[in-house]
This record gives sequence, C-alpha cells and structure tokens, in this order.
Amino acid sequence: MQLIWNGIFVGSFYALVALGYSMVYGIIKLLNFAHGDIYMVGAFVGFAVLTGMGGLATSLGFVALLIVLVIAMLVTGAAGLIIERVAYRPLRNSPRLAALITAVGASFALEYGMRLIAGPNPQVYPLRLSGQSVHVLGASVSLDQVALVAIAFALLGGLDTLVMRTSTGRAMRAIALDPKASLLMGINVDRVISRVFFLGSALAGAAGVMAGAYYGKIDFLMGFLIGLKAFTAAVIGGIGNLRGAVLGGLVLGLLESFGTNYLGGQWRDVFAFGFLIAFLVVRPTGILGERVTERV
Amino acid sequence: MGWVRSLFDSRYVGVVGLLVAVLAPFVTATTYSLSVMTSALLFAMLAIGLNIVVGYCGLLDLGYAAFFAIGAYTSGVLATRYGWPLLTTVPVVIVAAVLAGVVIGGPTLRLRSDYLAIVTLGFGEIIRITANNLAITGGPSGIYGIPGIDLFGLDLSGPVGFYYFCVVVVALAAIGAARLGRSRIGRAWRFIREDEDAAEAMGINTYRIKLAAYICGAIWGGIAGVLFGAQLSAISPPSFTFLWSALILMAVVLGGMGSTPGVVVGAVIISVLPEILRGVADYRYFVFGIMLIVLMVFRPEGLWPHRAVERPLRRSRRRQPVEEPPVESGSGGRLP
Amino acid sequence: MTNAELLQVRSLRLAFGGVTAVDGLSFSVSEGSIFSMIGPNGAGKTSAFNCITGFYRPSAGTVVLDGEDITRLRPSAVAARGVSRTFQNLRLFGEMTVLDNVRAGTHLTIRQNPLDALLHTPRFRRSEAEATAHAHQWLDFVNLRGDRAAEARHLPYGEQRRVEIARALARGPKLLLLDEPAAGLNHSEKRELLELLRRIGELGVALVLIEHDMGLVMQVSDRIVVLNFGKEIAEGTPDEIRKDPAVVEAYLGKDEEGDRAPRPRPKPLERTQENTP
Repeated sequence: MQLIWNGIFVGSFYALVALGYSMVYGIIKLLNFAHGDIYMVGAFVGFAVLTGMGGLATSLGFVALLIVLVIAMLVTGAAGLIIERVAYRPLRNSPRLAALITAVGASFALEYGMRLIAGPNPQVYPLRLSGQSVHVLGASVSLDQVALVAIAFALLGGLDTLVMRTSTGRAMRAIALDPKASLLMGINVDRVISRVFFLGSALAGAAGVMAGAYYGKIDFLMGFLIGLKAFTAAVIGGIGNLRGAVLGGLVLGLLESFGTNYLGGQWRDVFAFGFLIAFLVVRPTGILGERVTERV
Repeated sequence: MGWVRSLFDSRYVGVVGLLVAVLAPFVTATTYSLSVMTSALLFAMLAIGLNIVVGYCGLLDLGYAAFFAIGAYTSGVLATRYGWPLLTTVPVVIVAAVLAGVVIGGPTLRLRSDYLAIVTLGFGEIIRITANNLAITGGPSGIYGIPGIDLFGLDLSGPVGFYYFCVVVVALAAIGAARLGRSRIGRAWRFIREDEDAAEAMGINTYRIKLAAYICGAIWGGIAGVLFGAQLSAISPPSFTFLWSALILMAVVLGGMGSTPGVVVGAVIISVLPEILRGVADYRYFVFGIMLIVLMVFRPEGLWPHRAVERPLRRSRRRQPVEEPPVESGSGGRLP
Repeated sequence: MTNAELLQVRSLRLAFGGVTAVDGLSFSVSEGSIFSMIGPNGAGKTSAFNCITGFYRPSAGTVVLDGEDITRLRPSAVAARGVSRTFQNLRLFGEMTVLDNVRAGTHLTIRQNPLDALLHTPRFRRSEAEATAHAHQWLDFVNLRGDRAAEARHLPYGEQRRVEIARALARGPKLLLLDEPAAGLNHSEKRELLELLRRIGELGVALVLIEHDMGLVMQVSDRIVVLNFGKEIAEGTPDEIRKDPAVVEAYLGKDEEGDRAPRPRPKPLERTQENTP
C-alpha cells in the first residue's frame, strides 16, 4: 500500500510535466526537449522568490508556497512563450531534424544559463514542509504529500476543463487534428500554439516548485531526468492525449515504485527507460492512444 | 570564404588536414598541448562516427556516448582484469559495438525520428547508469590502470607517440567514412535521409540500411573509446554523460552534416575553443546551446556542409564507348 | 501474345478512421499492357496505388503479382519483385544529383557491400561504373537534356518528372505505376510524355497510370478502370468507357478528346491521410 501511495505521489509530478509534453506534441508534433528544463526553471524561480521573502516565508508557511507557486507558473509560462517564439516558430516548416536539434539547444541554453546564474552547486529550498504523517490503510502518508497531490490534481482538473469546455481548448484540439483546416476556419493558430506553450510550461513550473519544496534540494540539471520521465509517461498514456498523459504519469510512478522495491534504487531510472523502450516497441500508441493506420 | 568552399569540395582537403595534424606538434609539443590535440583527434573520430548516423542517414542519435562507453569499458576491462594488450581488444570491441548497435537500434529504428532521439538518449543513460552500478566496470570510480598502446613492441604510450598513432587511426577512420559515403550504401543512407518513402519504393529496405548506419556509427564510436581509455589510462561514468553526446552532436551540426571534412573541423573547434578561451569557460555550454538554436534558424546545414558533386574515380578505366569515365557519386570530400 | 495476368487486384478494401478510401476494387493488368485508373479527386486511386506497392496495409482483399501474393509485403520487398512507381507530388531526392537519383534504381541490381566500398575493390569500381552507365542509359531513354550532375531540385519541373520516371525505370520493373505523370505539364511536354509511355510499353513493361488528362488516357490505354468514392464504377477499353452511361454521368463531360477545363488540384488533405512520416 505504501508503494502505491508513493507511486501516486511521484506520479502526479510526472503527470504535470507529461501534460506539457503531450500538449505541445499534440499541437505541433514536436517533442519539446527543453520542457524538463522549464520544470527546473520553475523550481529556481520558487527558490528565488522564497529567499527574497525571507522570514515572511516561514511565517506564512503553506500560504507562501501557494503564492510562490503562482508566481513561478507565470514566469515559466512566459519562458515557454519566449522559447516557442524564438526557437520553434521559425522552424515550423523545416525538416523535423532541425527542430529537434533546436530543442536540444534550447534545453542546453536553459540548463547552463541557469548554471551561470545560480552556480553549479545544488541549492537548498528555504521552505521545507513539516513532515506530519498520518497512517492510512497501512501506508505512511504525510500531510504535505496529500497537499501537493491535491494541488496537482486541482491543476490537472483545471486544465481538463479548459481543454474540454473553452473555445481555446476546442481550438487546440482542432489544430491537433488538422492544422491546415483550422487555419482555413479562421483559428489563429499562432496564438493558440503560444497559449499551449504557456499552459504546459506553467504546469511544469508548478511541479518544479512543489518538487523543490518537498525534496528540498534543487540543481540546474534536475530537469533533464524529469524530462525523460515525463516523455515516458506521455508515451505510456498515448502521446498527444491529455488524459493519457495524466494516466501515464501515474502509471509510471507506480511502476517505478514497485520496480525499485524489487530491484533496488540505483536501477530506478534504467527500469523507467526500459519500460519506455518496451512500450514504444510493443504499443507505440500508448494506453489511450488512437489506433493509427498501420503503415507497413 | 570561396576558397574554403572549393578546398572542401576538392579531393585535397584530406591532404591538407593530414598535413596540419602531422605538423601541429612541431608548433607546440608541451604535454598539455599534446593532450589537447589528442583529445581533439578523438573528438573528431567521434564526430565522424556520429556523422554517419546523423549526417548521412538523418537519424538523430542523442545517446552516441553509449558506444563510446562500450568501447572504452570493453577494452578497459579486458586490459586491466584479464591482462589483454590493448590492441588485441579491438576485435572484441568491434563485436561489442555491433551487438550494441543491433540491440539498441533493432527495436528503435522502426520508430519515428522524434521518438528515436529520446530513446537513444535513454539508452545512453542506461549504459552510463549500468556502468555506474556494476562491479565489473568499477562502479562510480570506474577503471584505472589501462595500459598504453604497444604496437609490436613499439611503445606508443608516450604523448608524442600516442598522438601520431591517433593521427593514423583517425585518418583511416575519416577515409573509411568518406568512402562509405560515396558508395552504394552511402547513397542509400542519403536517399533515406532525403525521402524515406521514395527510398523504400526503390527497393531499399530502409530498416536494414538504417541499422547498418547505426552499426557503423557504433564501431567508430567503440574504437574511439579504446583510444580514450589508452589516453587517460582511467575511465569512469562521468565521461559518458549526455553532455558528451550533445557536444559530439554539436560538432556534427556545426561542421556540416553529412560532410566528413566538415565535421572534423567542427569537432576541432568544439574541443579546442574552450581551451583557448579558458577565461570564459563557464559560459561555454550556455553559448553552445544558443549556438545550436542560431545555427538551426539561420544555417541549418552547418558551416561546411556536404555538397552533391559528381567526381570521376581516379585511375578510371576508359573502356566504354560512352564519353563519360566511370564516375563516383556523392560528396566532394577527402581522398578516396 | 501472352495474356498472362501480371497483376491481379482482388476485392481491395482500405478503411481507416471512418473513411473507406477503397471499397472492393478488383482489376487485372496483363503483361506489357497499359492500364489506366481514372476518377474524380479523392476517389481512392492513390490509395489503391499505395496498397499495391505496400505503403498501406489494406483492410481486406489481395494483391497478386505474377502469381505471388504481395499484399502484406513492405514496399522495398514489392519493389524487389519488379514493381516501381512514381509519386503524385514528385518525390525526388532533391539535394542529390540527377545521376544519383537514377542510381537509386540500381541499388538492387549492382553487387557491392560496404567492405568493397571501404577498400575500393575491383568489384567496387565495376559496380559503380555499372550504376553510372545504367543511370545514363535511362536518362537517355527519357530524353533528359538538362545537366545530369546538377542537384535534382534545380531542374525545371518537366525535367524533374522525367528524372523520376528514369529512376523508376532503372529499377528494371515488370510493372510501373505512374501517379499523375502529366500533372503540371504543358501541351508539348504532354505529347513527349505520350510518346515516352508508348516506348515504355514497347519495352514490355506493364504500365498502370493514374491520370486526369482524358485525352492522354484515351490515346494510350489498353484498358481503363473508373473509380468513384473508392468503388469501381466501370472497367473496359477506352471505347467502352467512353460510351458507358454511368461514367459519362459521373465523370466525363461532353468533351472527350484533348485538354479539358482545369481539374481541381489534389486536395492537401489527400496527403495527410497517407502515412505521416
């Protein structure tokens, strides 16, 4: 049971980041390599704000975290916008290889840019959540974990509503299905794509702040691994499918939790990647993905 | 830069490159500069290998360091644990590289290009973490005490001797890669890169040919790994991170995808520049990242890219009644 | 005159995502004959091509070549059995030379492995010479007048079309599938194409054409099949088709010969329905 809860907890982080990946892929068919690094930027923005707030942060406690969360989401959303504008939009009609390479460049620039700003050493988050635990069904569940998972699901629910109910969401889905027709129908494709980047990046930024608050340490390379995991989650759930991304995140979290229990912690990442490869080979469309015409 | 372009297109660029490499130690032969030059050579070899995968065939491999690691560790383990002379480990390294290419490429080369990129990255990480976790590879501290090269009694473990040995190896590697690029399989790789469906329609089994590119890249990378172990006499997991794979990719992208001489120059730039600009070392990776973006937006083909040229084979047999001597297709590039 | 059925398409059906692109198509092509598929845009002609050449896996039905079932083979395997094709939107290897493009057709016929390439063995030189000579031969056959060492994308459109045909011919096929070879050609180019098609027929290569130019189709074809909404609505000789009331009603206007009013260009969507790379 503990394993299950651990899995869900980690999985909700993955889900938040995986959503951004899936959204962007769904709409412009590009794997945003730099997405994991946006998560890292979010964590650092949170760090900066909290340090700036100083004593105020500790006295406000959890509320401070929420404030920081909002700020970080805005900043990372903006960062996502900038990257799209500068690095991806000029290459929208270029061969796929060029766009992927640019994404790698963006990722690098973010990582080592942050290293220039914040230094190569890990930083400690000034706000640690107190570890009050409750026992539920045989699992040790801390209140902070519950709170974070609740925030995560709130965000996910909000996004789902947005995608399903609002005009922006409809536009997103339309472009994902047929970009040219969408253009002909008068949808401002550029603007919708920008919004997608903003939303996806904001979610990743939120996950970054929460990770910083929970795990306590952040460094400029933390986005790299998360990016890969999030991609794995998105693939498991069916890339381009938003609910699938959430499902994939949770599934991956659970898989890792059980896997490391049997194999040992140092193999956790190998296990996750092994799963990714297995999934891509056996069922590339993911759990919830559509069945595309089989091309021989 | 017109004369640079015509130099690269001619068959003499190889001679010029070789001359530069041979004469460089006469300009400066301190231990430090020899070490930098040797590293540049190894980096060039890696770039040449990755160029086969990315440049010729258009497969974005973000985990190329995996083959580098496999080569280094295979020869390192054999040399330190089992006392094999380093040169005798090469055939085993080649076999290991081919196996790795098949195991990694086998399932993944059926995937689309974006997935392939991430999966190869994942494999790169798997290899590195595995090396970090296993006892036989020395765990996090790696392997030390790797011997230098002993070529039939000629001790090449000193910096100068080793440097020239590397010059020979890398020159052969470059010639080999260039020749492959101008052959039937090289054309097939480029066809796949240009238009995979059309290639398939011409009878080219794209899956098998892509796998061949991957395996060739693996072999080049593996051999570079052997040299790396010999140079440093010690190897450890941090040498094989994604950062390395990305830097090799940058060398290929900067120099000119698909062009062997171009990527050699790109590799030299990327490996030597940080040494020259020591003062701004902290900025270098950030700059590289920005550079990739700028390059892709403004000059995606790289600085000295491959140009499609028809070049007559030398010593052609003028036996046909047709006016044309037998021509060799493909790039202007190094010596055949 | 052999009447061996080289290609037999039986009850071919292709359905995906709620669309039935091809619905129960059946026809046969004899060795050395010229067969045309006509029909409005979106009628399923290119989809049928893709099924025959292995780019799509049909939902039902079979494709039999020379007595062998090739339905589930991948495109390169189909090509290896003597089927070659061109593409509706001209897919040359643009950044490679014209000669290299045609050499693509020789990939399966010359014998050369990577070791030969590395060592520049006599077999390497021989096979390279063979490939080059072969390429020139086919470029001569299609009367290519442009610079053969130039990058293919620099040639004028009509010449590029001919390079694509030369490339397909260099494969040495028994069956050649041409997807709208006359698209975008002017009047004199079309006449040259007609003459080229006849010469190809004389080589004994069976031709299957997708075409919209009725004049061309009527002049060159031995048999024609007419498609609409994925279904076959008529099949027969040009004369029979001309008179078939169903065809006249669905497709042909009063003008039978010569150039018609411009037909709508193939929809961009028809592209996206195919495999996404």
